[in-house]
Amino acid sequence: MQHGKYGFIVGFLVCPLAIYTLFVVWPFLQSIYYSFTDWTGLSPEFSVVGLGNYAKMLRDDSFWNALRHSALFMLLLPVVVLGLALFFAFMLNVGGRGRRGAAVTGVTGSGVYKIVYFFPQVLSIAIVALLFQFAYNPNSGALNSALSAVGLGSVQPDWLGDPNLALWCVMAVLVWSNVGFYVVLFSAGMASIPKDFYEAALLDGANRMTTFFRITLPLLWDTVQSGWVYMGILALGAESFAVVQIMTVGPGGPADSTNVLTLLVYQKAFVGGQAGYATTIGVALLLITLAFAAVVMRLGRRERLEY
Amino acid sequence: MTTTDTPQPAGPPPADAPPTGLPATGPAAPGAPARPAGESLTGGVLNVFSHGVLVIWAFLVAMPLLWAVMTSFKDDRSIFVSPWSLPDRLHFENWSRAWTQAHMGEYFLNTLLVVGGSLIGTLLFGSMAAYVLARFEFPGNRFLYYLFVGGMSFPVILALVPLFFVMNNMGLLNTLHGLILVYIAYSLPFTVFFLTSFFRTLPTSIAEAALIDGASHTRTFFQVMLPMARPGLISVGIFNFLGQWNQYLLPTVLNTEQDNKVLSQGLVQLAVSQGYKGDWSGLFAGLVMAMLPVLGAYIVFQRQVVSGLTAGALK
Repeated sequence: MQHGKYGFIVGFLVCPLAIYTLFVVWPFLQSIYYSFTDWTGLSPEFSVVGLGNYAKMLRDDSFWNALRHSALFMLLLPVVVLGLALFFAFMLNVGGRGRRGAAVTGVTGSGVYKIVYFFPQVLSIAIVALLFQFAYNPNSGALNSALSAVGLGSVQPDWLGDPNLALWCVMAVLVWSNVGFYVVLFSAGMASIPKDFYEAALLDGANRMTTFFRITLPLLWDTVQSGWVYMGILALGAESFAVVQIMTVGPGGPADSTNVLTLLVYQKAFVGGQAGYATTIGVALLLITLAFAAVVMRLGRRERLEY
Repeated sequence: MTTTDTPQPAGPPPADAPPTGLPATGPAAPGAPARPAGESLTGGVLNVFSHGVLVIWAFLVAMPLLWAVMTSFKDDRSIFVSPWSLPDRLHFENWSRAWTQAHMGEYFLNTLLVVGGSLIGTLLFGSMAAYVLARFEFPGNRFLYYLFVGGMSFPVILALVPLFFVMNNMGLLNTLHGLILVYIAYSLPFTVFFLTSFFRTLPTSIAEAALIDGASHTRTFFQVMLPMARPGLISVGIFNFLGQWNQYLLPTVLNTEQDNKVLSQGLVQLAVSQGYKGDWSGLFAGLVMAMLPVLGAYIVFQRQVVSGLTAGALK
């Protein structure tokens, strides 16, 4: 068993570790270093400016503006997405009532619902963003035409062109594309809750609200919590970048009303020639992400229920 | 997988729930779900309500996709004049135009090459690292495990600026093989995490028997353990396939060469340049072209996809 063990271990780890270190760990460490420099990203010369970038960031209105939007994404999106998903998953798995034979079933056709709800999850976020950009088009998009068709021709919002509306439009797209995944995830969790719990509750005369809050949610809590963290990180990260960058004018507009931290990092680094400063904002984003995950894990801590 | 195994109704719905037959017309009242003031009374109302909401969401999800398919067969004028009307005839020329002139064919090929290459690489390297980390005791084992798994929690955008220059210095910028290596690297954290716990669940006796029979560790891995790990490889493979196929951020920054663009990038660029050319029908055809294969594959393999993704997320 021990024969040639270390040779084998080294042989198997060297390739994965080399790729991972070179493209993930090393850039990650470098970026923390760069955040203390005035590097432009255009020339190889730069000098260490200590905490200068961090001070600059705290005075930077565009940073606070993007931070506000990112925070809204991080706090609101998980609530809406997980709330909707919990409701749908509950209806699809436990919501059916009064059928012969089974105490706990989903509503009729729940299998089909689950398949359909998952559609957006297999599509590229870039495709989804492009599709909704068309739908939101104020002059001839699907949304305003539909409003006209139902007699609301006078209500023709500018959608992505309206600074007060654009951010909500972008968020709606992320809700649209993510609910389905959590419906399926929670469905899988709910399927593992023993049926006799529900039968006992039914015998005691519990209605669906009570069943949900007393049985389903507590037993599903671990899944909800990790889903919460996952959704928050997603809302701060790559997906918000894609939707904002593709859908909005500028991007990040109109009037900077949709800029988020990820897009700001990209703009500073690859458009603005402030690579060092960009990584500073990136570090702030990392700290926010970690803080968010820590807070959710801590707030959500409950006694683990065994069943 | 249990999620889709919901028992179907054995017979007609009982008399106390008559409205389930007409879900769409339910009083989808705005606001919170109905308060259960006496379940027997509100049960029917709640059923209609919840069915209504379920149908509305299904409609909201399916509608944009159907609309896109429909629009891809229309001509430019009717896309703008009457977005909701049916096409006057099926304009297949949109599709052929998108495939040839708008380079959709090349983007498709690039995406296939990149995703194919990185999927194989991810599964191979991921399972090698995970196998060693899961089944061998050696100094630094835990450190390496957390080094890999820690990568799941940090934002890709942060590493992007230095990564750009690492790639540039190595001459990998704007090349497909460079993109493959980066995809593999960024897929490793989850893959190693998932497969490590998977390899721990496999029985050790078979591997030990193979070793006693004189097989080397390498041979044991490839001929005994890897075949046994197939369910796990499929799960994590589906997860990575979707992630890599739909990748947008990494290629946008690291792969700006026109000839090397992947689908999502190519489509976005097409949409941006449409402002000048105005071939909207071609763009829609391209969108649908990029959308349908994955959607079709999902419908065919939906059980595997769903169980793969949820197994990953529940771990």
